Amino acid sequence: MAEDALTSEHTLVAHQFEDVAQQREASTLGMWAFLSTEILFFGAIFVAYGVYRLRWPDQYRQGSLELKWYLGAINTAVLLISSFFMAMGVHAAATGQIKTLIRNLLWTIVLGTLFLVIKGTEYYLEYEDGLVPGVAFKMEKPSESAQSGFARAFESFEHWISPVAKNRGETHRRSPQEEQFMMFYFIMTGIHATHMVIGIALLSWLVWMARRGKFSAEYHNPVEITGLYWHFVDTVWVFLFPILYLLRNP
Amino acid sequence: MSATSGPLPLGFQGAAPAKPTRPAEPDNYLTHEKGILSWIFTLDHKRIGVMYMVLVLSFFALGGFFAIALRTMLWSPVDFNANPAHAKASYDLYNHFFTLHGAVMVFLFIIPAVPAILGNFILPMMLGAKDVAFPRLNLLSLWIYFTGAVFFSYVLLSGILHAVFGWNIPGGWSLDTGWTFYTPYSSSLSQGAVVPAVLGAFILGFSSILTGLNFIASIHMLRPKGMTWFRMPLFLWAIYSTSIIQVLATPVLAITLLLLAAERVFGVGIFDPKLGGDPVLFQHFFWFYSHPAVYIMILPAMGVISEVMVAFSRKHIFGYNFIAMSSIAIALFSFVVWGHHMFVSGQSPLSAAVFSLLTFAVAIPSAVKVFNWLGTLYQGDIRLTTPMLYAMGFIFLFTIGGLTGLFLGAMSVDIMLTHTYFIVAHFHYVMMGSTLFAFLSGLYYWWPKMFGKMYSETWGKVGLLFVFVGFNLTFFPQFVAGSRGMPRRYASYPVQYQAFHRMSTAGAYTMGTGLIIAGLTFAQSLLRGKKAPNNPWGGSTLEWESTSPPRHDNFEHTPVAGDPYDLHGIEYDPATGGWFRNPNAAPAPATHGH
Ligand code: HEM
Ligand SMILES: [Cu+2]
Repeated sequence: MAEDALTSEHTLVAHQFEDVAQQREASTLGMWAFLSTEILFFGAIFVAYGVYRLRWPDQYRQGSLELKWYLGAINTAVLLISSFFMAMGVHAAATGQIKTLIRNLLWTIVLGTLFLVIKGTEYYLEYEDGLVPGVAFKMEKPSESAQSGFARAFESFEHWISPVAKNRGETHRRSPQEEQFMMFYFIMTGIHATHMVIGIALLSWLVWMARRGKFSAEYHNPVEITGLYWHFVDTVWVFLFPILYLLRNP
Repeated sequence: MSATSGPLPLGFQGAAPAKPTRPAEPDNYLTHEKGILSWIFTLDHKRIGVMYMVLVLSFFALGGFFAIALRTMLWSPVDFNANPAHAKASYDLYNHFFTLHGAVMVFLFIIPAVPAILGNFILPMMLGAKDVAFPRLNLLSLWIYFTGAVFFSYVLLSGILHAVFGWNIPGGWSLDTGWTFYTPYSSSLSQGAVVPAVLGAFILGFSSILTGLNFIASIHMLRPKGMTWFRMPLFLWAIYSTSIIQVLATPVLAITLLLLAAERVFGVGIFDPKLGGDPVLFQHFFWFYSHPAVYIMILPAMGVISEVMVAFSRKHIFGYNFIAMSSIAIALFSFVVWGHHMFVSGQSPLSAAVFSLLTFAVAIPSAVKVFNWLGTLYQGDIRLTTPMLYAMGFIFLFTIGGLTGLFLGAMSVDIMLTHTYFIVAHFHYVMMGSTLFAFLSGLYYWWPKMFGKMYSETWGKVGLLFVFVGFNLTFFPQFVAGSRGMPRRYASYPVQYQAFHRMSTAGAYTMGTGLIIAGLTFAQSLLRGKKAPNNPWGGSTLEWESTSPPRHDNFEHTPVAGDPYDLHGIEYDPATGGWFRNPNAAPAPATHGH
């Protein structure tokens, strides 16, 4: 029995570490250090966005008005729920319930993917709206007849739920600053989505590892640090959503 | 090393037929596994360090080639009226050369030089550890570096194809933006391959971040029993401070470069004034990284100097706590002085004044270090080996570089000196005179440990003489030329500056010669160097307790750490030509105790 514990510990602990605890602490520390890199990475682009938003408040507000805030809101909910499942997964791993762990990881993956699908839909709608900067940006909002039925369905839904959207200047001429706003929007949400894709890949790897019986109450730090990462990516969205979508009133 | 009179070193390569009685060469990290794949996929920090060395030094040679080309072009001014077309081509070429020189030297050489080469090799050994905390991540950072280098190589190749075959490669060729990538030079005004270059720098940034992250975790987690924070060798403090900067500053450059690339690809203004962007914002972001980055270059170099000073003064380091804390202070201050690069870019007088004051503040911890090194030398038993001479060169040149930094930190003076050769001289004194000197000092110091071979002291010193004389001949006149108004980044000049330029060019050739001599000295050592003892210098830090070269897992028995600079009981053994810790040494005199 004691013999067994020893050998299993030996295969799990890399030779530069003394024991599982030290290894676990090291990888947690490493992930926090990585997240501080990430904070500065996103932080810088938030600052750039803030500088221009303060410089061109009206144009940026026009930009915000063109976004589908309700899709952003749904996505916020999707991500927060996914974070809940992630947290449950970490808890399950810590208590050695591997089946529960796998189930929670799978839910996290499903919700993460749903987020990307909704985000992709938004991108598509923005493309139809002529809002893709540099590539397909139109200074005039395309008329309804030029849009596909898919896009028109969203349009009418939006008119139905949001009276503000109705008043929004359908005929307003867009400005170069609005194009800049869209540029920031695509870069910021694009980088965020890239992080989501990486997160989903990591989660899938965890599921694979868990299926092969690699995790236990003693050894599960990959689950823990992936959890940290996932929560961080969610948190970034929690900031992106209001500053991009919700700052729409003068 | 004059210890040639010792017995024939064991395992001396190239000796006549092997004597059957000679014990087999013990297993070491170089012979532990064989084949190219065992290098490409190695997780051994020592092999990773060696691979970094090969890559980084290749780019150093490339950057050096451009330097020599620049100085050669500046031997004589361009006569514009004689042949305007020719003159314009020559100006253009000059722009490309100084950009490539700067970008290659900064991103591919000087930033990774000390941490990625010496840090990778030595840091885990100083910790008495078997490896860094995350060996896979370490390997990943090496290959990320390689990928970034491939991008830069593409930039070079595109330039060659354009110059030689006249191809107009879509997306641009070569690079003519300056290493700083200022907009609009890098946006609407450049025909260079800006996007590949910028992505290359972006990728290299991640290599630097991962290395820093790994070192932070290693220093926190892998210290052996007995090594408290304040018993760490100062090299580790230096690397630790550097890593903090790498982790916190590099991502800002990364995102900035990404925005720059996006602006250029999509043509939507972010930093380009013509497109409605703000170029001053670019400069803020750029220097928010690049000022701390100059401390990424100098801090680990300072760590090397602390180690070398102790080993060759045979004295405990003077002012340990001050040196350790000044590294941290420099790292923290470095984040709040970036505005001193922008005194003439248009910032409010108030922020300029604050940046100026903070810049002065940064000089304090730097000076603290210098005085403590001098204190260590004082009454030491100094041995003027090659690493020690480089280290002393460092102190001398860093003092000049740092003090002239203060001139530039003073707003009123900087407004006159900015964009002149004075800047060029300042930063070469700190980057080349200091970081490169410290890097060479460290390379000579740890070389015997890394490769198990001694080098020729004579040739080491000859190389040093050329480098030192050549360096000062190159850059000292640039202070004078700059203060008399010679602007930087110009391909030509009025004749009144010719004497200065010719001195610089002559100096550059001298220095190049010296560096080639240094390279040959290392090559000679690899081929027929004498076998190195385990502790050739009498160093007291843990890396010297392993064999030379170290075994695959560094130590047979995990060493026990005490005061890292306790030289007491480390004695010279004429039989091996090396030093060892004598367990029977008389008890330490009271003054050495803690
Ligand atoms: C006491 C410490 C230092 C002070 C007070 C200082 C101050 C300055 C100032 C004020 C400038 C801006 C001058 C201008 O553009 O008008 C400058 C430029 C520069 N410094 Fe330093 N410096 C110090 C140390 C260093 C070190 C250690 C390094 C690198 C290892 C370094 C590298 C540079 C570089 C590369 C530039 C020019 C960048 C460019 O415009 O291309 N400095 N320094
Ligand atoms: Cu600076």
